[in-house]
Amino acid sequence: MPAIEVKNLTKYYKTVKAIDGMDLEVPAGIIFGLLGPNGAGKTTLVRILTTLLKPTAGEAKVLGLDVAADAQALRSMIGLAGQYAAVDEHLTGRENLELVGKLYHLPNNDAKQRAVELLEQFDLMDAADRPAKTYSGGMRRRLDLAASLVAKPKVLFLDEPTTGLDPKSRIDLWKMIRQLVSKGTTVLLTTQHLEEADQLANQIAIINHGKIIDQGTPNELKSKFGTDILELDIVNPDQRQAAATAIAGLGISEPQVDPINGYIRLPIRGSTAILTEVIRRLDLAGIEVKDILQRRPTLDDVFLKLTGKHEPEVDNL
Amino acid sequence: MSLKWTISDIFAMSDRNLIRYLRLPQLIVFSSIQPVMFLLLFAYVFGGAIKIPGVDYIDYLIPGIIVQTVIFGSMQTGVGLADDLMHGMIDRFRSLPMSRSAVLAGRTLADGIRNIFVIILMVIVGYLIGFQFQNGLGNAVGALLLALILGFAFSWIAATIGLMVKNTETAQVAGFIWVFPLIFASSLFVPVETMPNWLQAFAHVSPITVSVNAVRAMSLGGEIGEPLLKSLAWIAAILVVFIPLAVSRYRRSV
Ligand SMILES: Nc1ncnc2c1ncn2[C@@H]1O[C@H](COP(=O)(O)OP(=O)(O)OP(=O)(O)O)[C@@H](O)[C@H]1O
Ligand SMILES: [Mg+2]
Repeated sequence: MPAIEVKNLTKYYKTVKAIDGMDLEVPAGIIFGLLGPNGAGKTTLVRILTTLLKPTAGEAKVLGLDVAADAQALRSMIGLAGQYAAVDEHLTGRENLELVGKLYHLPNNDAKQRAVELLEQFDLMDAADRPAKTYSGGMRRRLDLAASLVAKPKVLFLDEPTTGLDPKSRIDLWKMIRQLVSKGTTVLLTTQHLEEADQLANQIAIINHGKIIDQGTPNELKSKFGTDILELDIVNPDQRQAAATAIAGLGISEPQVDPINGYIRLPIRGSTAILTEVIRRLDLAGIEVKDILQRRPTLDDVFLKLTGKHEPEVDNL
Repeated sequence: MSLKWTISDIFAMSDRNLIRYLRLPQLIVFSSIQPVMFLLLFAYVFGGAIKIPGVDYIDYLIPGIIVQTVIFGSMQTGVGLADDLMHGMIDRFRSLPMSRSAVLAGRTLADGIRNIFVIILMVIVGYLIGFQFQNGLGNAVGALLLALILGFAFSWIAATIGLMVKNTETAQVAGFIWVFPLIFASSLFVPVETMPNWLQAFAHVSPITVSVNAVRAMSLGGEIGEPLLKSLAWIAAILVVFIPLAVSRYRRSV
């Protein structure tokens, strides 16, 4: 049984169509990345799958339970960390987790013990008895994630879990998410960051305007849509244009000189035989090569192809 | 959802809401400053010009101020819920297998408990400026209890408003905009008979008037039965209408 099954799902907010006849299947035990720009419908889908919103039409099942009809049963098996950290500022970290434990109807002692386990796991023990309003953004995120894990959910939903985290906290969080999955949890996470999906997800769906526009492993998507790129750096900067002219026609489109770093880029398809030919021609033209490499396309290339937009938010991920 | 778990959820939620008052007792003190100002304003500034036959104005005023205080206090229910909505807490709670009504019941209960402290504070201030209960301890306790459950009922109205406007500032304004006229167009500060006819018609039936009259009669003496019954009828009506309304708003809140 797939962990998540969505069939012809549609959601309207009054007149706004946020989810548009979506079909999706997420196998159990993997990290599934939902990748899309602002307003694509990621949060809406997560809210439907976590029983917070009722679908307008279509069907959504998590662990075989219908999100509308079996909502109550489903809630004890899933965890949610929403797009904005939901922690009570006036409670301490420990109290926040104990409260969530109580509301999952754990016996008091278990709720206390679970809170301690999670505080340790998320490196919050030192701040356990301080009100959460004294926490940094990263600590809040961690506390929020800890709260979503109190009842050891079988399926965990993370809506943009690393937004607002510094690079180190982000990598720590990735590690924790991988650990969870190694213990059998299924994770569905949304992100706007291609690199995050690439690094973390076993499978990715690209969502735009409320529809899944493509789906596969990161590598499948890359080889399906991206072209390999031959990147070369030459010794004499004055010969760049000449080099580009020399190798013109070998790739699937014209070579280009990067105005910033002076690299010459040639989009190619498949075979490395082109590499030999490129070197031969440059040699013939008397151009000395400093460095040459063939790189796989990034998800940014895929995203650009599919949506006609660049990665929505370019930051130093 | 079994009754046992519903009750356990309500207590967990009211605990959560009370912790902030225990941690910041000054919150209760500050939220009482406004009613105390009203009290002093009417007792010393306007009071001299208001003559009510057969009763000291301070004695007339304190039961009214107690009602005003609990009504203002209960408006905080809406602000608190709007705050929870804005901070994603409601999302978290709705994703948990907890009772659907416990978030609201826990909040109104906690605000009711907070109102106990505020009422005690107002009685103390009242005694300091010369007020006295004159109708026995039993009736005095009854008066305060009535104020308390009236506040509880108004908390559910505030909850509905807070869940509708979804924003703390708006909830604050939306809470006072209708409560203010209701408070002033009643027997809370002055006898209804001194008002123009058209306003009297409204003031006579207002839940504030009948409740203040009942609280006042229990505090000072006079006919208790009729205003008390009317007040209880209002309280029941408010609860019957607004509990389901607030709960359905909560279920649908996005
Ligand atoms: N409560 C609402 N009322 C009306 N429209 C809404 C509401 N919530 C979302 N929308 C609209 O639905 C669409 C999808 O929104 P959603 O929040 O699901 O996108 P998202 O992919 O999570 O975006 P982001 O990356 O910005 O978080 C958008 O057009 C948005 O404006
Ligand atoms: Mg979103």
